[in-house]
Amino acid sequence: MSLWRQSTEVMRVDLVVEQRIGDTFRIVLPFAVVALMIFSLAMPAGVSDVGDVGTAVFWGVAILYGMQVALRTSMSETEQRKDIAMLLGLDPAARFLGRSIAAALLLTGFMAVLFIAMVLLFTPDLPRGWAWPTGLAILLAAAGLALLATLAGEVASGLRNRSALASLLIAPLAIPLVVGASQVLESMAGNNGILIWILLLITTDLALLVAGVGLSRPLEEASR
Amino acid sequence: MRLDSVGVSLGGVTVLADVSLNLGSGEGIAIVGPNGSGKTTVLRLMATLLRPAYGTGTILGADLAGVVDRSVRTSIGLITHAPALLDELTISENLIHFCRVSGRAEATVPKALSAVGMEKVTDRPAARCSFGMKRRAEIAWLLIAKPRLLLLDEARSGLDAEARILVDSLSRLTRERGGGVVAVSHEEGDLGTDLVAVHRLENGRLGQTS
Repeated sequence: MSLWRQSTEVMRVDLVVEQRIGDTFRIVLPFAVVALMIFSLAMPAGVSDVGDVGTAVFWGVAILYGMQVALRTSMSETEQRKDIAMLLGLDPAARFLGRSIAAALLLTGFMAVLFIAMVLLFTPDLPRGWAWPTGLAILLAAAGLALLATLAGEVASGLRNRSALASLLIAPLAIPLVVGASQVLESMAGNNGILIWILLLITTDLALLVAGVGLSRPLEEASR
Repeated sequence: MRLDSVGVSLGGVTVLADVSLNLGSGEGIAIVGPNGSGKTTVLRLMATLLRPAYGTGTILGADLAGVVDRSVRTSIGLITHAPALLDELTISENLIHFCRVSGRAEATVPKALSAVGMEKVTDRPAARCSFGMKRRAEIAWLLIAKPRLLLLDEARSGLDAEARILVDSLSRLTRERGGGVVAVSHEEGDLGTDLVAVHRLENGRLGQTS
């Protein structure tokens, strides 16, 4: 069976499972929106325009809560399921790709809803033509975070403190994603070009994709 | 399948030491030992899920110490003491998923589920199935997969008489096709009826054969 067909099957099952348990949109998303609300209410009185910090808070909350969304499959995997996946002949690269695509789709929806919540809560002054660059930044950041979390989940797999370790691995490596995505709107507001930030996001995504696919088989062998 | 003085360490602890075993085509062997004696580790080693710390072994022609080809792994059937179905999927969806990932025909799923008496519960989520039902679903999967090496880890324990017969039938069918069967249990009476040799495992070492 081809890598792509195995990947799409892994993605399909991940999304079916998510649809049935509803972790992302029924549990994590409401908490993320509450976190945005708390930030908006907790702004010091000296901050003259709460809207100015809205996008920064959005990206912080999106990355932190997005980690939970992207890590949920890796963290819930049992040894029996890993064993059966190997005996089914599931290519670890296909598992990485399938999980990453499923997580990227969920994160894109998650971040889009969170962005709308941020606009309602912080009422920022969005620059003209903000919609498509913001959409693109969300898409690329979601893909990057999904790839990064799936890779971190694979690296931490089987370890006792894997949940904490995976989060620790993700946090520093997510910096280019946060910087690139948050600077898209900032640059637009300052009438500067956004291409460099989009390229940063694309480069980070590609690097994570290559690392994830390339490391998946050695990581599986190392787990034996 | 052949193991020559194989040892396995997990987390720096020696779990298996100097284990030697041979399994020919159409043969079935049993390994009996108390809890913690290394029975599951032997099966996971044979399933190519673990690498030996020392010694040599070949499983279906593959060197256990090397990178094992996908075609070898898909020829191995393993029933562990905890069923490996996805709780959120139905019984039927689980088997279809297994078929799609392994490249087997998903049209065989209804017939296989019918063969294990599960034709009326195919749409029930695995989370709402009993242990025995999940075990039957795994047997249905192995009827589809037709493994050349069948590994049974306490596969009959906790099952009713009818389901135990299904496990025995699966074992017999595998051997009739020329495959090998290895069953482990902590109770000799729970191994099935048609295994040619019983090995005793204690503290990671194989003892006498009966």
